Amino acid sequence: MNLAIALWLSQDAVTNGAIYGLIALALVVVFTVTRVIFVPQGEFISYAALSLATLQAGKVPGTIYVLIGGGILVAALDGVAALRKKSLKSLPGSLLANIVLPLAIAATSWWSASRPDDLLLQVVVTLAIVTPLGPMLYRLAFQPVANASVLVLLIIAVAVHYVLTGFGLAFFGGEGVRTHMFPNLQFRVGIFNISGQSIGVIVTSLALMVLLALLFGRTTYGKALRATAINRVGARLVGISYEFSGRLSFALAALIGAVSGILVSPITTIYYDTGLMISLKGFIGAIIGGMTSYPIAVIGSLAVSFLESYSSFWASAFKDSIVFSLIIPVLLWRSLTTHRVEEEDDS
Amino acid sequence: MMRRALMLTVLALLAVAPLILPEFQVTLLNYIGLASIVTLGLVLLTGIGGLTSFGQAAFVGLGAYTTAVLTTQYGVSPWLTLPAGLALTFVVALCLGFITLRLSGHYLPLGTIAWGIAIYFLFGNLDMLGKYSGLAEIPPLRVLGWTFGDSRAFYYLIWAVTLLALLAMRNLLDSRSGRAIRALRSRSLMAENFGVDTARLKIVIFVYAALLAATSGWFYAHFLRFVSPQPFGLNSSIDYQFMAVIGGSSELWGAVIGAALLTLLQEWLKDLLPKVMEQSGNFEIIAFGLLVIALLHRTRDGLVPYFARLIPADTLRLRPAEAPPLPQRAQPRAGEPLLQLKGVSKRFGAMAAVKDLSFEMRAGEILGLIGPNGAGKSTVFNLMTGVLAADDGEIHFGGERIDDRTGREIARCGLARTYQHVHLLQSMSVLENAAIGAYLRGREGVWSASLRLDRAEEARLRCEAANQVEWIGLGGRLFDAAGTLPLGSQRMVEIARALCADPLLLLLDEPAAGQRYQEKQALAQLLRALRQRGVSILLVEHDMEFVMGLVDRIVVMNFGEKLAEGSPREIQTNPAVVEAYLGSAV
Repeated sequence: MNLAIALWLSQDAVTNGAIYGLIALALVVVFTVTRVIFVPQGEFISYAALSLATLQAGKVPGTIYVLIGGGILVAALDGVAALRKKSLKSLPGSLLANIVLPLAIAATSWWSASRPDDLLLQVVVTLAIVTPLGPMLYRLAFQPVANASVLVLLIIAVAVHYVLTGFGLAFFGGEGVRTHMFPNLQFRVGIFNISGQSIGVIVTSLALMVLLALLFGRTTYGKALRATAINRVGARLVGISYEFSGRLSFALAALIGAVSGILVSPITTIYYDTGLMISLKGFIGAIIGGMTSYPIAVIGSLAVSFLESYSSFWASAFKDSIVFSLIIPVLLWRSLTTHRVEEEDDS
Repeated sequence: MMRRALMLTVLALLAVAPLILPEFQVTLLNYIGLASIVTLGLVLLTGIGGLTSFGQAAFVGLGAYTTAVLTTQYGVSPWLTLPAGLALTFVVALCLGFITLRLSGHYLPLGTIAWGIAIYFLFGNLDMLGKYSGLAEIPPLRVLGWTFGDSRAFYYLIWAVTLLALLAMRNLLDSRSGRAIRALRSRSLMAENFGVDTARLKIVIFVYAALLAATSGWFYAHFLRFVSPQPFGLNSSIDYQFMAVIGGSSELWGAVIGAALLTLLQEWLKDLLPKVMEQSGNFEIIAFGLLVIALLHRTRDGLVPYFARLIPADTLRLRPAEAPPLPQRAQPRAGEPLLQLKGVSKRFGAMAAVKDLSFEMRAGEILGLIGPNGAGKSTVFNLMTGVLAADDGEIHFGGERIDDRTGREIARCGLARTYQHVHLLQSMSVLENAAIGAYLRGREGVWSASLRLDRAEEARLRCEAANQVEWIGLGGRLFDAAGTLPLGSQRMVEIARALCADPLLLLLDEPAAGQRYQEKQALAQLLRALRQRGVSILLVEHDMEFVMGLVDRIVVMNFGEKLAEGSPREIQTNPAVVEAYLGSAV
């Protein structure tokens, strides 16, 4: 290995690490607020990348049907709940968010499909398709069992992953796609080539991280999420709705997933099931941060990415074995340094 | 009786199935049997022991690849590769268990996913294992010239092993170790206090489950006669976990029902969906995921417990027969020093829960530890039983220093306790709950229990438990689930459990709370009788009338410090105590 290769591997690592870091952040947000270990996070990546590619091919992406179908289910559930409570006050809002909005997004995506050169519109439409899926998933799969044990929530998360992967395959088929996004720029610094795509990924990731920090540090909604994460009962007592926090955290996760998917789509070929592997690596980063610390989760993701990058150079066949084995000493260290609380769900 | 009849029907159906079903469906039944064996391990590990594994398919792979390599490349007989595969799995599971089982909470499932994936990639990348294309031409099983060549021949072999595994597991759960295993998930702290080595037991059930998985893998390799990495990846591990959850991971038959349901459903959906959707695709995983979500929303415990409620349980249960009594400790002579606390302190952050506390207890004494709420009484109990570690000071018991020992070691010294918040296993019977107390008075382990070689000792343990439950006055409720008793009675069961440990010193944390007046009087009678037998008692209690009429001496705590010590009469007239309880006189 010479310096040029080392630099090239490092650039690759930082680029991927930025994506893993974003995913790790999403996982931490969802876990701290809802206790869900959100395995399907990766599906947002695949959905976004594949939707964008479909739009660029001048077609309407199938994810729009997931959005409309999910919206109808949520509205139906909300309707039943409203009838049971004998109060229809919340219903117009639910109809607007779950029926009207998805239809509007569908119309926009149809328009966008006819303008294959309008990149900005495609990106906006992709984000608009994927982001609402987060709160819908929360409403359909997790809210009814919000107080279940972490294990039950995890099993449901895995089941949701199956469902979304199945839809992914049904709508996009088994072929991989790449999108064209950033101009093919190359900057040369000494012996070091920097690609425009890497810069795009890193800058966007950093910007999103800063935005998240501002959201959590400065806004009422962000503070509500933090409060729920620290103490659910306490947050409820001061009037923060648990359901609202749950939906908000899932919306954030979906948005982050969609942005990551858009960022990663020009540099990696994305298949309907690629998201899982990306999100599992983000997971390792999140776990290094104990599933609670944002900055350590990002640093951990970078570490994972460097390990992956360099092991793919030396032992490419065992790259994944190495990356996933790394997690065990990390987990060991985490669980030795955290205090154990017995779960009191005796049956 | 209905349950027995149902079971016999199922067994009869299993026996005739290959005679009447076509080959293809017999093959399906074989797959169900193979999956049941793996899932049974998960039921023990996850449903009962509370440890989640998403790496079980990797152990199936270890069993399958060991025999594949040894038979195809080294010509070893399949009957020798089974023990070889089990030995390898034993070593690997022991190592993995040793590192990952220390993980707590949600780290454990993630850890198992990690090594599950790592092992899968090893299968797929090692030249010796045929990489992703796998190993073919694995020889079939042969016994005395008879070849297990087709599904029908294999059927009885697989199902015999499945049923034996089920039987062994049922035996295990109904034993000394089984009761301890059932306490792992929600009451491991209590289990430690009664001498259970929970860390070791977790590794034992992890290895047990892994060996079941490897056995299934060995059968799989010789049944299919081909192995490739794909069936041993994360998805298969998830499928096994789904089977356990759908069937009901707290019930043994849940493993078989879950395996059957999932296998049939997958097959059926593979057939049905492409016809309906007129398009190929992985529609079965969508239907599958939706089904699991819907099921968990309806019944979190799975199908078998859900339906088991509808079938009346066999009601005829006999009190355990009289058995030779268990050996007992010699109680120290009354008046000998038994317990000393010397300058014990415990801080939680800036708050000192216990400050420089010293007192002594003599054998044969009932000592009351009283004080206002938050005085640090329960913390003292936790320090004495190894739940918390003291920051300062020493605790001696029976001449030995115990403050640096674990709860398990302290239990061996003859200290048994009850808890302020009842620590019973709610769904387990009163008798079994009490029998956990006698854990240290037995020796038999997991393997002898599985093979039913533990019955002589088990009879003695159960008889002792029944005696103690009867002695505290709940003889009529031996077989009721502990959670169905009123709180006061549950506290009594805790006392029976502590007595089963044959203690020198009994630590009672608010035993009279939730008791009615007559019950309190009966309790006082019992405690006096225990004192007669030579058992010493340290009592934390709020009911002053109860305490004053019962105890020999009292230690009063306030803000973590000892405020006063003396006879009940002295304490009642002590101005400092009166001030602490009633506020200062102006």
